Amino acid sequence: MIAAMVSSAVPGVVSASVAGAANPGVTADFSQDNGWVWLIKAVVILVFLLLTVLMAIWFERKVVARMQMRPGPNVHGPFGLLQSLADAMKLLLKEDITVKAADKFLYMLAPMISVFCALLTFAVIPFGPSVSIFGIVTPLQLTDVPVAVLYILATASVGVYGIVLGGWSSGSTYPLLGAVRSTAQVISYELAMGLSLVSVFILAGSMSTSQIVATQQQLWWFLPLFPAFIIYVISMIGETNRLPFDLPEAEGELVSGFMTEYSSMKFAWFFLAEYINMVNVSAVVTTLFFGGWRAPWPISAINDGMFNTGWWPVLWFLAKMWLFLFLFVWVRGTLLRLRYDQFMSFGWKVLIPASLGWVVCVAVVQGVRQFTEVDLRTVLIALAVAVLVVVGISFLVPERKPEPGAAGKKAIPPGEFDPFAGGYPVPPMPGQQLPPSPRRARVAAAAPAGAARQVTDSQTEVERG
Amino acid sequence: MTNPYVPILVMMGVAGVMALGGVAASAIIGPKRYNRAKLEAYECGIQPTPHAVGGGRFPIKYYLVAMTFIIFDIEVVFLYPWAVNFTELAMFGLVAMMGFLFLITVPFVYEWRRGGFEWE
Repeated sequence: MIAAMVSSAVPGVVSASVAGAANPGVTADFSQDNGWVWLIKAVVILVFLLLTVLMAIWFERKVVARMQMRPGPNVHGPFGLLQSLADAMKLLLKEDITVKAADKFLYMLAPMISVFCALLTFAVIPFGPSVSIFGIVTPLQLTDVPVAVLYILATASVGVYGIVLGGWSSGSTYPLLGAVRSTAQVISYELAMGLSLVSVFILAGSMSTSQIVATQQQLWWFLPLFPAFIIYVISMIGETNRLPFDLPEAEGELVSGFMTEYSSMKFAWFFLAEYINMVNVSAVVTTLFFGGWRAPWPISAINDGMFNTGWWPVLWFLAKMWLFLFLFVWVRGTLLRLRYDQFMSFGWKVLIPASLGWVVCVAVVQGVRQFTEVDLRTVLIALAVAVLVVVGISFLVPERKPEPGAAGKKAIPPGEFDPFAGGYPVPPMPGQQLPPSPRRARVAAAAPAGAARQVTDSQTEVERG
Repeated sequence: MTNPYVPILVMMGVAGVMALGGVAASAIIGPKRYNRAKLEAYECGIQPTPHAVGGGRFPIKYYLVAMTFIIFDIEVVFLYPWAVNFTELAMFGLVAMMGFLFLITVPFVYEWRRGGFEWE
């Protein structure tokens, strides 16, 4: 069934591979753009992102509030819409603290790296096809390059430096722990994210965002590539440090993670970068899997594709992007935070093997379809049998039994347990017994005397009364 | 047709101005009142623990994750050009890439079985 869907998408692939010679592999035509157009587009993108973040913060607070049966922000402006604007203004007017132990230069640089990298992604996201503005026909996209998606992943990776350096340069314990956790988390989920995109590139035959959108004329990639879509959606939540994967800033454990020591605009930049990154990954998943700016099916068929031209596509793009932003909020309102080991083993033992296996399946099916004469049905059946055999074997392989030495090492004899090892109170390990508290003996010794005194006290009270 | 990478530089310029401008603005506008406790590291109100020189020591697990990440990241980087040129590289590319994936999977399984992905 998957193969049938894929084959129906092939005409789109063929028609889209006819591209301009000057910028090979890119569908959108930027030949009329000049420096002013670039500058205007860049500023519009900036304003768009800032407004979207202001809206997204309000939206998130409002939706989570409704999910928890609270009204949410409702004082500033209609429906509390100006709440995030007020918060931003407040942050701007707060004192900019640089803690004593901080590495001054990196401490200042880190939030700027975060927000700088977050702002770059939208340079290659297509909002729509070409439109005519004041006589200039230009695509609703700042630019597009043959390696656009690689560029997106690269800016996201460099953005991690902001988190790492911010946590390290604070010279404080919680931010450092948060930064190290965050690095391990982001790089683990980045792999699953990168691998899930490979199957899109195989079908689209390009990494240019405008061409990937062009190849989704008949069929949006999330249907034939559903497992890759699911893996991407999970890893995008991990990549942006959102609940249930917000371990770098788990409030109960690490105060605020890497941004604990930040205040004023530097804190605002980390906050802004986090929300812009949410918008970024939502826009990327829309572009790569959800047809980008293309209208959904019943609407796209109206009047010979009228709604896929002009300014209409901006509406579809924004609607799909907000759908994913809603998903972020919905997940946050529904799921609990994972434990760190569960989180890491989910990334390495589930997501990465699953996305690798999916890449192999897509490559084999596509290869057999394109390069051989073998009937596709036989290939699919063979592939299904192979997958079943591999899964069956993986069940047969015995689990590694814990070595007896390892178990013995952990169980320390009860007598050796020191509840104040190193000066701090520590809980007993499994199997250890908490030694009787010295205080208990004192309390027991003092109890009869105390009780007697209490009795006399109450008697005097009575006598007085 | 101009170079399609130039607009990215324009975007970087705009983003850089904003990133610098915000921090500079708050440094100028915001109040500055000295308070010794305010400049201490935050540790829930107790005396901050003295910080080890050079950031202290970290569990070896993080380094293992970093090394495994590099291997897989290189793998992903090799997969991308092949995926884009899937049709042109034809059967040769497919077979070569499957062999490459297999060679990466063997050490992955080895590390898994040796407990490289166990977090306690």
